Amino acid sequence: MDMEFSPEDLAFQQEVRQFIAENYPAELRGKQDEGEELSKEDFLAWHKILHKKGWIAPAWPVEYGGTGWTPTQRFIWSEETARADCIRLMPFGLAMVGPVIYTFGTPEQKAHFLPRILSGEDWWCQGYSEPGSGSDLASLRTTAVSDGDDYIVNGQKTWTTLAQHADWGFFLVRTDKDAKQQEGISFLLIDMKSPGITVRPIITLGGEHEVNEVWLEDVRVPKSQRVYEENKGWTCAKFLLAHERTGIAGVAASKRGIEKVKQIARTELDGDKPLIANAFFKRKLADLEVDLTALEFTELRSLAGANAGKGPGPESSLLKIKGSEIQQRLTELTLEAVGHYGAPYFRGFGEGDNEHPIGPDYAHRAAPTYFNMRKTTIYGGSNEIQRNIIAKMVLGL
Amino acid sequence: MDFTYTETQDMIRDTLARFLGDTYDFEMRQKFINSDSGRDPAIWTALAQELGMLGASFAEEHGGLGGGALENAIVMEELGKVIGIEPYLPTVVIAGGALKAVGGAQADAMIPEIIAGNAIIAFAYAEPQGRYDLGNLRTTAKKDGAGYVLNGHKGVVYAAPWATHLLVTARTGGDQRDRDGVSLFLIDANLPGIVRRDYPTVDGNRASEIYFENVAIPGDALLGGEGAGLPIIEQTVDEATVAVCAEATGVMQKLHEGTLEYTQQRKQFGVPIAKFQVLQHRMVDMFMEVEQARSMTIMGTLKLGLPANERMAAVSAAKAKVGRGANFVGQNAIQTHGGIGITQELAIGHYFKRATIIEGQFGSVDHHMDRYERIVLAD
Repeated sequence: MDMEFSPEDLAFQQEVRQFIAENYPAELRGKQDEGEELSKEDFLAWHKILHKKGWIAPAWPVEYGGTGWTPTQRFIWSEETARADCIRLMPFGLAMVGPVIYTFGTPEQKAHFLPRILSGEDWWCQGYSEPGSGSDLASLRTTAVSDGDDYIVNGQKTWTTLAQHADWGFFLVRTDKDAKQQEGISFLLIDMKSPGITVRPIITLGGEHEVNEVWLEDVRVPKSQRVYEENKGWTCAKFLLAHERTGIAGVAASKRGIEKVKQIARTELDGDKPLIANAFFKRKLADLEVDLTALEFTELRSLAGANAGKGPGPESSLLKIKGSEIQQRLTELTLEAVGHYGAPYFRGFGEGDNEHPIGPDYAHRAAPTYFNMRKTTIYGGSNEIQRNIIAKMVLGL
Repeated sequence: MDFTYTETQDMIRDTLARFLGDTYDFEMRQKFINSDSGRDPAIWTALAQELGMLGASFAEEHGGLGGGALENAIVMEELGKVIGIEPYLPTVVIAGGALKAVGGAQADAMIPEIIAGNAIIAFAYAEPQGRYDLGNLRTTAKKDGAGYVLNGHKGVVYAAPWATHLLVTARTGGDQRDRDGVSLFLIDANLPGIVRRDYPTVDGNRASEIYFENVAIPGDALLGGEGAGLPIIEQTVDEATVAVCAEATGVMQKLHEGTLEYTQQRKQFGVPIAKFQVLQHRMVDMFMEVEQARSMTIMGTLKLGLPANERMAAVSAAKAKVGRGANFVGQNAIQTHGGIGITQELAIGHYFKRATIIEGQFGSVDHHMDRYERIVLAD
């Protein structure tokens, strides 16, 4: 047992650092901290650079466009991108529907969709949750009725992240009303420009337009856009949920987050000393670092399992629970650190408005981010559901 | 020992609750907080003139109902229940409290204006470098003939965009963090040299950055003795802190009730989610926090009249307990609602936002635990 990177890994780390330093777009540097909502173009700028380099999908099999990196190299990659504060890549194509398509899709689906996911040509969104189906996802009621070579889809989806930008969506729909809940669901790829689709914004507590309602009224979808067998969509859904949970620990991003809080605490004053000298605050930071180290080494053990060829198992629920709690504590500590200047509400830079936000730069997104990050213990299977999974699958209760 | 409210106090609560029920439902609130001015001035006028509510905590000789801190707590709790943005805290509790403390001609002149609803007074005390230390001041008031000249920057002054007057803390002597040399001034909000930058706050209020640029103020704007203002300011802020605990109690009660109601309607896996024991226990824990917040608010309110050290220990105990409770109840209300709790559409998220700001208002949990320890656990 050892925890050292091999000489090859260290060389790879150097290569990655150099690539980021030379290629990460200058205009994106720090932009996500400046309180601006990132545009579709912002997200795609970095995506396209990585695509050109061939590094856009490290987790994919090489035959579909992956990098062939070892899990350790992938770990280094995520560490280094977080360390350099690179904007995150949208997971819907790369981490979600892409793996479903290369695992379950037809040769035609693979040939058509995978290159477009890699290039960033198609922006994807996820049509899973419904107003009546959150934690109990399998109770979903959106229907797809067979009509010759097509399905006619009707229903409503919700919490659809960045659907306002999406070209395509992957949807769970009910194709058999009489079967047991999980056995009547199919997995469809739907063109978001299809007639009958309406996307309506949901504004969240920080004022962001991040999620949407998606209404489907008599939307015609060719059966060739169904992934895997009819009524077997739940298999794809379970596969994808496990995938979603592994990335959700967010260790590298939280490490970077702790550095940012420290920086704030070195700047903010508490009497005649910086806030970081306050014993209570310092202890909370230390607690957070200790918990993050525990999460990191739990993830590394899981990674070592992946190196040995074991897929993500129920332990990914542990990573999701602890990772999301740490992300939330970070936002809480940031808000605490900025004191009075957590209260002003910064609405972003309006057209022609170049007035500087109120208070220090690091303060004006503190409260909205704290509010927004409450989602992390709710989405991707709420933490209550994750605990149920551990109780059932790990403890056998 | 008696923890019952008087008939008059019950009447104040009932009258206010009925009025707010009619004028302050969630949709109405959203409408006026999103309007240009961010408020509906008719509500303040009605509170003053139709309900006589702004006089509840003032002496009869000033035209009030003869109440005090308990009446303030009642009003603040009811405002908390509707996440009200009325400037009762800075105008009545803080400026009114300071005026009662100094008495004299200034109190005789201004308190009737507050009661009538003519005066809205914002409390300009916080400075960017000062955190929760009331005496950490860079704003200066220099003697100039019979008056003073004010210079400095006050941050996040709630209700300042609506204010007719400002209650300002400034240094007339001493160094930035000295206890001596702090003075309190009540000034007209529109004096030449006062520059404001107004903005909304995340909890639905309006506030300003205020810059004093050689503002000439009259000598009679000084409240209390020159350079001896800190004890009055501390007393007043303690009263305000307990009033915020009362508001928090109202906010937390609504967060808890809203969660109870939602979990009985929301079905997953074929049953209302309130049937799940893990959620039942969480809601029990929330309930216990609400009850303790109410207890600590009463404790703190009843001890406001004690000598400074006992008062400060009691207020800090109350605020620390309530701050933790507001955090717990707010976060768990959102978690239990799931995604819908994070949207602007439901009231619950707006209660959570107010609860969040209350946590830090007049001092975080750490700040108050620290003050409590210094007084109660001194070696």
